[in-house]
Amino acid sequence: MRRRDTRAALLFISPWIIGFLIFTLWPVLYSGYLSLTDYDVINDPNFVGFDNYAALFEDPKIGLAFRNTLIFAAMSVPAQLVVALALALLLNAAARATGFFRTAFFLPKMTPPVAVGILLLMLFNGQSGLINSVLGVFGIDGPSWTTDPGWVKPGLVLMSLWTVGATVIILLAALRAVPQELYDAALVDGAGWWRRTLRVTVPMISPTIFFVVVVDTIGALQSFTEAYTAFFGSGNTTYSNDAALFYVIYLFQQAFEFLHMGYASAMAWVLFIVIMAITVVQVLVSRRYVHYEGRP
Amino acid sequence: MKTPIRLAVLALALTSCAKGTGGQAAPQEAGTFNPGAAYTGTITVMGIAGVDEVATTRLDLAKAALGGADVKRTEGDLDVQQFLSSVASGSPPDLVYAIRDQIGTFASRGAIIPLGACIEGEQIDVGMYDDAALAQVTLGDEVWGIPEFNQVQITMANAGLLDKAGLTIADVNGSGWENITAAARKLHQNAGGKLKVIGFDSKLPEFLPLWAKANGADLLSEDGRTARLNDPKVVEALTFAAGVYDTQGGFAKVKALRDAADFFGKGNQFAKNELGAMPMEQWYVNVLNDESPKAAMAFDAFRDKEGNPLAYSSGRAWAIPKGAKNPEAACRFAKHMTLVDTWRAAAQARVDLRTKENKPFTGILTGNEQADETIESMLTPGGQPWDTGVKAVYEANDNNFSLPANPAGEEFKKAWQDAANRVLNGQMGPKESLDRAQQEAQAALDKAWAGWTKRTN
Repeated sequence: MRRRDTRAALLFISPWIIGFLIFTLWPVLYSGYLSLTDYDVINDPNFVGFDNYAALFEDPKIGLAFRNTLIFAAMSVPAQLVVALALALLLNAAARATGFFRTAFFLPKMTPPVAVGILLLMLFNGQSGLINSVLGVFGIDGPSWTTDPGWVKPGLVLMSLWTVGATVIILLAALRAVPQELYDAALVDGAGWWRRTLRVTVPMISPTIFFVVVVDTIGALQSFTEAYTAFFGSGNTTYSNDAALFYVIYLFQQAFEFLHMGYASAMAWVLFIVIMAITVVQVLVSRRYVHYEGRP
Repeated sequence: MKTPIRLAVLALALTSCAKGTGGQAAPQEAGTFNPGAAYTGTITVMGIAGVDEVATTRLDLAKAALGGADVKRTEGDLDVQQFLSSVASGSPPDLVYAIRDQIGTFASRGAIIPLGACIEGEQIDVGMYDDAALAQVTLGDEVWGIPEFNQVQITMANAGLLDKAGLTIADVNGSGWENITAAARKLHQNAGGKLKVIGFDSKLPEFLPLWAKANGADLLSEDGRTARLNDPKVVEALTFAAGVYDTQGGFAKVKALRDAADFFGKGNQFAKNELGAMPMEQWYVNVLNDESPKAAMAFDAFRDKEGNPLAYSSGRAWAIPKGAKNPEAACRFAKHMTLVDTWRAAAQARVDLRTKENKPFTGILTGNEQADETIESMLTPGGQPWDTGVKAVYEANDNNFSLPANPAGEEFKKAWQDAANRVLNGQMGPKESLDRAQQEAQAALDKAWAGWTKRTN
């Protein structure tokens, strides 16, 4: 009986397994092979051993791209988490129209990333953009967000908050699952809103926060579309800014503009290893700070 | 955020499916290309976008010249990856319509075939093509593409602003760099800490080759093998062209005002008196004439320091992919798309349409010198200043240059553009930035030429 169930289950998931093997696993393995070759799409891959990996260490743009990406991730992940948590707490406290606000917060997430990139150029225009206009009301002379290398990444971080809606929904779901008895007990003990949030809410939703941090970190390390559209593509066919050269943008240039598929594959594998390493560190750190119900 | 993952999977899937074809394309015999032959079946063409009356007329005539074969077009601009993948997988189109800069890269990788046999067999007179255009599609003494269209730059200025500042078009046409700096200083206007009028836009980074050439320097040697990005004259050109922005409050302010403009509409920078002068490609004359015909404009050719007209040209080209099923018909099609008679008929279609719209016919730069002469005689007057603008366009076209074809086109372009951008963004000085670009560009050229040598020997 059990064997028959297993066979049936395998049969049902076989389309996914076949798709995974052909369209995910095989290309991933093949890219590992390509990373050991010189390959330009047209001609046969030429085996070069670990030359591509060695070349990565001599390419000054690799260091620049990694630095840009890590700085962006270090700024955007905490910023997104704080803003998303604040909005989720507000929504959780709202008595009426929470459905409307949930939808309203989520809607920007539906904006295509390319549009977000173009929107960035308009909102952050140093002279006529909305952001600097608002800063001007408070007597602040806003920076050149789209050209000053020192302000390019902060601009991109602020723009990344545009799509924080999905994280808000996830955190809101977690907030709704926190048992009311815990808040009641804290209230009896005389804990105020801030203390209840820090001592009850955050520990209780820490697994969700951990999930969000891991996913957002991986996403930030793979940032591409918004920065590419704003600083390397679209209206900027010749203008670009090194401060926005993220790792995946440089990978894209190597693969699809210069046709260095072998080198780009090596870059992809190095990024995979870096992401894995960072995720492992996050998991290790989480053991100390993440609270799972039922775990001793 | 998920796009890179999808992109990577797509790329990996694509590369995993790709099958290398290896080696150089075997040259075809001239005898297989016969101007008297009639072709049947269908030829596929990749890379044609934005079909207007000029394109339609030419496509119809070229199709008719095939003697019965049908033409199937893949709509949209050329997708390089799609094209290369199709070649690698053995199912390329019969003809590809590319930016001329790309031809060297395609040729060096064996993605397209040399057209010697096609030109000889179909008796194509390559002497009719613009020299600079032909140079862009010639690599290793072989012609790899049939060139068409030319884009050139002229000086465009707001005559009202010039008058008010006591200046003339001669002050901003490039012939005197000190005059340009002085004009930029006079013409630009600030209010409340914001730039309201750009005095002079030197259009960096895209026109660095133009400024360098105006200063007597080429970015690349004639044989396409040696980068000359840190030539002192190039450094001087970049220093000047970037410095023009500094006299107006810096590039950041100029770019912010430029980005906010309705470039293609009625609220363009000239119509709104937000720009004094700039070098710009000739098609913008038509945009201005269509959108703001009453704008007070002044035009002249862009000029070098000696006052000679000068333009940095680019355009398109037809190329036959390796493995094309019907290269003979493709060759015939490319030939007839670029013949003088075809261009004349296309120009007439444009004249008819413009006359109907009560607008002047400002010409078409075809990349074919004989066709250009013919079409110039068909121009219809549009009154001043537009007629002066059109005259400047033809003057520029007669004095154009291009960057030679090379197998590392994209990397070379990226190197000099990045160099200019680093200066504009205030990250490096011109000399330091161009020194770095020189290293990057030469390394890319050396590697690409080594690959070319390996494949062709």
